[in-house]
Formats: sequence, structure tokens, C-alpha cells
Amino acid sequence: MSAADEKRREARSYLIGYALALALTLPIFALVAWDLLPKVAIWWATGVAAIVQIVVHFRFFLHIRLKGQKQEDLHLILFTTLILLLMGGGTLWLLWNLHARMM
Amino acid sequence: MNQKTRHPGLNLGPKHQSADDQAETEVFGFWVFMMSDAILFGLLMATYVVMRPNTNGGPGPQELFELKSIFIETMLLLTSSVAIGFSHLALKHEPRPVKMVLWLLVAMALALGFVGFEVHDFLKMFSEGGTPQRSGFLSAFFALVPLHGLHVTFSCLWAVAILGQMLVYGLDDRVKLSMVRLAVLWHFLDIVWIGIFSIVYIGGLA
Repeated sequence: MSAADEKRREARSYLIGYALALALTLPIFALVAWDLLPKVAIWWATGVAAIVQIVVHFRFFLHIRLKGQKQEDLHLILFTTLILLLMGGGTLWLLWNLHARMM
Repeated sequence: MNQKTRHPGLNLGPKHQSADDQAETEVFGFWVFMMSDAILFGLLMATYVVMRPNTNGGPGPQELFELKSIFIETMLLLTSSVAIGFSHLALKHEPRPVKMVLWLLVAMALALGFVGFEVHDFLKMFSEGGTPQRSGFLSAFFALVPLHGLHVTFSCLWAVAILGQMLVYGLDDRVKLSMVRLAVLWHFLDIVWIGIFSIVYIGGLA
């Protein structure tokens, strides 16, 4: 692959990422601005859009892929995600549980 | 991707052989730091979610947050992330650093715009009684959101330092490696912002 091709392909990656990020962000703000859905539905939509957008940023801006990379890198990111899920999820579970029992 | 990459993210490639040789350890080390930072932010978000109902009779999200300003901040930071990507690409492909510097300045201007809007938001919150000592909700808010703003501010300072280094030493390997790491940090801060606007602002205003 020539350098010019590579450059075009890499530039396209950022533009695709930008378009996808906008496509995921704008509807969420529209939902809130015009109060289009009930609160809980907006929360769910926002949660899903945020997770997808985080994946989009990792893929198109930080160029993280599942294949063709040194495996240590992927392990690092997946391990961080695991720690975050355990510690963040654990915090919420524990404190909400405590809150419910104290009430 | 055909060739094996040396580190996560956009690699400089064989045209920058000596910088690329060092990149493997340096950039991977930076990723380890960033992932630890991600855990810090994630736990502050969890703390915020726990503290969120504890307004102690003080102002809540509906009174304090302004959707329009958050929307502008989100667009500024997202576009700034794309601009730093183009700066990184220009570093990789252009023989001269003109384009890289221009895109870096664009990214900085957008990021400083973001910080400006954010400071404006905080001052408005203060004027409406939304100070960190008012309630648990506001303490958690001001632990999380301004920490991200500080990260963005210091990234801009780092960019200024890189530009100064370039003026003195030219575009040497150290500058190239700093740019690669700065781009990674910049994209990472935008990812943290997705979490903040979703959990704190959209969650609070919906």
C-alpha cells in the first residue's frame, strides 16, 4: 500500500469516527432538548449511545482493533474495563443496597 | 492493518524509524498511565451517581445545568479531538511540520473554548448557590467535572510546551513521541467527556 493510500485511509478513519460520533450525540441532545421521551427511556438511550460512542472513539480515533495488534495492548484495555466494571459496578451495587436497607 | 503495530493507536511507521523504535515502550507506558486515569474517572462517576440524590435542599441538576452550553462544549471537544487526529496524521505523513502545527493550534483553540464555556458554567452555578460545600451532590460534581476540565487545560499547556520544544530543537524524536502521546491523551479526554455528559448532564436534565 502506498503512503498516499495509507494517508487517505487514515484520514477517512477520523472523518467516519466524527460522523458516527455526531450521529450518536445529536439525537440524544435532541431527546432532552425537546423532551421527546419519558425520563427512563432517555436514560436507556443515552447509556446505549454512550457505550457505542466510546467504542467508536476507540476504534476510529485511537485505532484500537481486535486483530493485527500486539495482544498486550488489548489485554490492557480489556483488563481496565474489567476493573472499572468490578469497582464501579460494585460501588453502586453495595451503596444502593445499603441505602435500601437503611431506609 | 497489514503490518504489526508497535503500540495501540496510530503508529508513526517506518518513515520515522528512530522515533518509532522508541515509541513501543514509551507509548505503551503512557497507555498504562491513561488506563489508570480512566479508573479514577470511572470511580468518580460512580461516586457522583451515589451522591446525586443528596441535594440537602439545595439546587439540583435541573436548576443548575444548562443544556445549550453543554451541547456547545460537547461539539467543541469532539471537533478538537478530530483536529488533534489530523495534526497527528500530518506529523506522520508531511515532510514539514507546518500542517501539524496548524492543526495542533486548531485543536488547542477548540479545547480552550471548551474550558472557557465550562468556567462560565461553573461561575453561573456559583452565582445560583451551587457551590461545592452546599451538598453531597455538588461536592461529587465538583470533584468530577472540573478534574476533567483541568486535564484539558494541562493538555493545552503540554501542547504549548511541545511547540516551544519544536522552536528550540526542531522536529526531533522527542517532539514526535510527545505528539503521539498528547494525541492519545486528547482522544482519551474526549472519551471521558462522553461519560460525563451522559451521566452528569443528560442524566440530570432528562
